[in-house]
Amino acid sequence: MAIGARESSGRADSRMATDAREKSAIEAVWRIESPALIAGLTRIVRDVAVAEDLAQDALVIALEQWAESGVPENPGAWLMATAKHRAIDLLRRGARLQQKQEQLARELQLQGETIEEQLEASIEEQLGDDLLCLIFMCCHPVLPEQARVALTLRLLGGLQTEEIARAFLVPESTLAQRIVRAKRTLTEAKVPFALPEVGELGQRLSSVLAVLYLIFNEGYTASGGEDWVRAELCEEALRLGRILAGLLSQVPEVHGLVALMEIQASRLKARVGADGEPVLLSDQDRGRWDRLLIARGLAALQRAEKLGEGFGPYALQAAIAACHARAATPQETDWVRIAALYEALAQLSPSPVVELNRAVALASAFGPAAGLQALDPLIEEHSLQSYHLLPSVRGEMLARLGRFEEAQSELQRAVSLAGNNRVRQLLLDRAAACAWEAGREDPTFRS
Amino acid sequence: MRFMMIMIPNIPDEADWGPSPEAVSAMSRYNEELAKAGILLGLDGLHPAGKGARVSFSGGKANVTDGPFTEAKELIGGYWLIQAKSKQEAVEWASRCPAAEGDTIEVRQIYEMSDYPAEVQAAAS
Repeated sequence: MAIGARESSGRADSRMATDAREKSAIEAVWRIESPALIAGLTRIVRDVAVAEDLAQDALVIALEQWAESGVPENPGAWLMATAKHRAIDLLRRGARLQQKQEQLARELQLQGETIEEQLEASIEEQLGDDLLCLIFMCCHPVLPEQARVALTLRLLGGLQTEEIARAFLVPESTLAQRIVRAKRTLTEAKVPFALPEVGELGQRLSSVLAVLYLIFNEGYTASGGEDWVRAELCEEALRLGRILAGLLSQVPEVHGLVALMEIQASRLKARVGADGEPVLLSDQDRGRWDRLLIARGLAALQRAEKLGEGFGPYALQAAIAACHARAATPQETDWVRIAALYEALAQLSPSPVVELNRAVALASAFGPAAGLQALDPLIEEHSLQSYHLLPSVRGEMLARLGRFEEAQSELQRAVSLAGNNRVRQLLLDRAAACAWEAGREDPTFRS
Repeated sequence: MRFMMIMIPNIPDEADWGPSPEAVSAMSRYNEELAKAGILLGLDGLHPAGKGARVSFSGGKANVTDGPFTEAKELIGGYWLIQAKSKQEAVEWASRCPAAEGDTIEVRQIYEMSDYPAEVQAAAS
């Protein structure tokens, strides 16, 4: 069924090169088309494992036929038609064909049509919905979080098992098992291929956003000279986020998450120093910030804002990131706005880390006394007991108030908690500087 | 990875070029497909070269020539910036453009800082 095949420019003497090029062209087509293909097939056969098998079968046929006839004009449609025919064959052979037909007839409310006609109609209408249903399915709460991540990258990212395994630093066989188990769990739990009910939409969407942000953070923390597959996780998370924002354009938190990821990604080239060590935001070379991504992030944030429903946690974090992104130098940072945003974030999703960041913002906006006051409730906070940033930040604020002895003792405590040698050294230097200042002021204090 | 897709349209005479409404809407749909796939980072169309200028360099001096550039073989009409996992993927997307007879799209990968050798990276920072 070659529909106007494209010509490849292979010469007779480079047949091998042409074959290799054809193969990689077909792989590119697969990466582009497979999510929609699998989504559409899942709609038909109601089982994501079967759907993926059917899609893979169509790919195998494509590899054979397109090697001869070239890549067709509309490869997505070719793959879908091929896979659909196999799906119908499968359903025919299956004992449950009658049941399926009745089920479909009920769902599609079509009477007296052949199964082919019913399927034809349902596929045409629902491509966008199908992809959304697949996204929700991959991120279903019945699956363990790691399984949601793996399944999402596999079915929606079109990544190979081996690539995903490498990205998450696990053996390939572990990852393969994880994916097999995930599909089995979805089947056994009879997870429907449908958009969530209105009542559970919030929770289901949270799960999807969490999966995307997890993928993004995996790539973000891995950036800096490591395996390219890890760093490309950021791009993949961004791409899936943008797709979701297109499908759920009326949901502000989706735009919020996309905004957050675009702006964080804008710093990828600046966040690691020549020595491979992370560089603090305030020390980053802002000339290396990606202006294109910042513009995209600010635009996404604006879309969230325009929906007029206020900001959720992701949008708030994006708004904070946007404050930094807009400041050409650290001195121009709007700390007052950042402090207010952390205040709002603390209301929505309180956590000790959020409170810590809020205190830092307050200190930068209103002076160290304000910061210290905000830190007081955190001193007894159990979850921060081994977190070096709390005493480190307290120490800095005390130093700025001229309370050098207290500052030194806090910074020493931070040293003992810091895991990273470079950070420990920086803190030691600061502690020594405070000790010196304390000695200067008190004539009886001699080290 | 990022790629620039550079449109080099087949326009014998820029002066009387005007895309038909069908062509415009086909291109709009294509751009929408790129956006829906989550890979479109940016795009722009350029005013005709006839309204532009060329700055050429020789003997340490910059020489300015105003358009039209009658001797130029390939005039650039516009570009897309896209995100793709490989050159093959970028080429596949470019192949789907509803381009006109004789049009060419050149696909070029965009340099990441990490693509440059260490000394160049150091100089740039």
